[in-house]
Amino acid sequence: MKIYWQLFCAFFRIGGLTFGGGLAQLPMLKFEIVQKYHWMDEEELLDVYAIGQCTPGIIAINTATYVGYKKAGVPGGIVATIGMVMPSLIIITLAAAILQAIIDNVWVQHAIMGIRAVVCALMLNTVLTMGRKTLKNHFAYVICALAFLPAFFTKTPTLVIVVAAALIGIIWYVVIRGGETK
Amino acid sequence: MKTVILLFLEFMKIGFVAVGGGPATLPYLMELTEKYDWYTMEDLTNMIAVSESTPGPLGLNMATYAGYKTLGLFGGIVSTAGLVIPSIIVICLIARFLENFNENKYVKGAFAAIRPAVVAIIAASVYRVCKVSMFAESNGSYTPYPKLLVLCVIVFALLQVKKLQKYHPALWLLFAVIVGIVFRF
Repeated sequence: MKIYWQLFCAFFRIGGLTFGGGLAQLPMLKFEIVQKYHWMDEEELLDVYAIGQCTPGIIAINTATYVGYKKAGVPGGIVATIGMVMPSLIIITLAAAILQAIIDNVWVQHAIMGIRAVVCALMLNTVLTMGRKTLKNHFAYVICALAFLPAFFTKTPTLVIVVAAALIGIIWYVVIRGGETK
Repeated sequence: MKTVILLFLEFMKIGFVAVGGGPATLPYLMELTEKYDWYTMEDLTNMIAVSESTPGPLGLNMATYAGYKTLGLFGGIVSTAGLVIPSIIVICLIARFLENFNENKYVKGAFAAIRPAVVAIIAASVYRVCKVSMFAESNGSYTPYPKLLVLCVIVFALLQVKKLQKYHPALWLLFAVIVGIVFRF
């Protein structure tokens, strides 16, 4: 029983004390999972992290589920995930309720217009950072350009583009290149 | 009741298909604004701002916010549950049966193409967010808010300076609040 409580608390702290998710959570994960509870060593944690990145869903949730499952089976995975989700649920609900109550105020409106502009700058920067990290060879550039056309000019569902890319990737790397992803 | 089920199913779909973490859910959240009247494109900008400046994973925060917008606190719980259930199923299966999942050549090949495609899809979504956020629309034509464009360009340029990159997004948003109020945006 104790392990469930520990999993819940550890992931509650990780969810409630880190901003941004994904990569930003790695130091906190390391502290709780490797140093404090010794549930995994650092190498295992990085493996888990890699798996979390190439499975669908929120990376932070995938990591929580994996660690919980490894320590205490399916219930462990569920408990760890609930721990991760709780802080967001509480904080966002409060923030959204507050925003809803004050949104008609004229000063809040000025502030929101400013925020809109900066959100755009932050999102553009996110795209740029992701692009720099991802576009490392000619194949990646070609796929990125090919995916951009339908995503930008048509209303093709996102899922269709992602599945098509996956198929092209498998055909190119497994069938044509014989399993070489370098 | 129908909305509850739809909300749950839509977010479960996002949980199953959004590859690439938080930002990758954005295109799907945008698709929902076209399909339902749960929240608008303008709401989406507020969602991103609040989600970036509060603790917790971005994708999770945006899903909770979208659910809250649709059906209040209960909606937030429903959308979050929908989003995480696929993760629990997929990850438990992989942990049980596919020890070397990320070394599999099919998985590697697929992801080598999915990642750049996701960057393109997110870029297209961000373009749409910018268009709705910084331009006034009337009868299909878009006029920019000049002050917003200027602020966006300045902050984007500042974000390219290495020394400034360590500042948290919340600080930039605080800066936005001050500029917005002082210059009466």
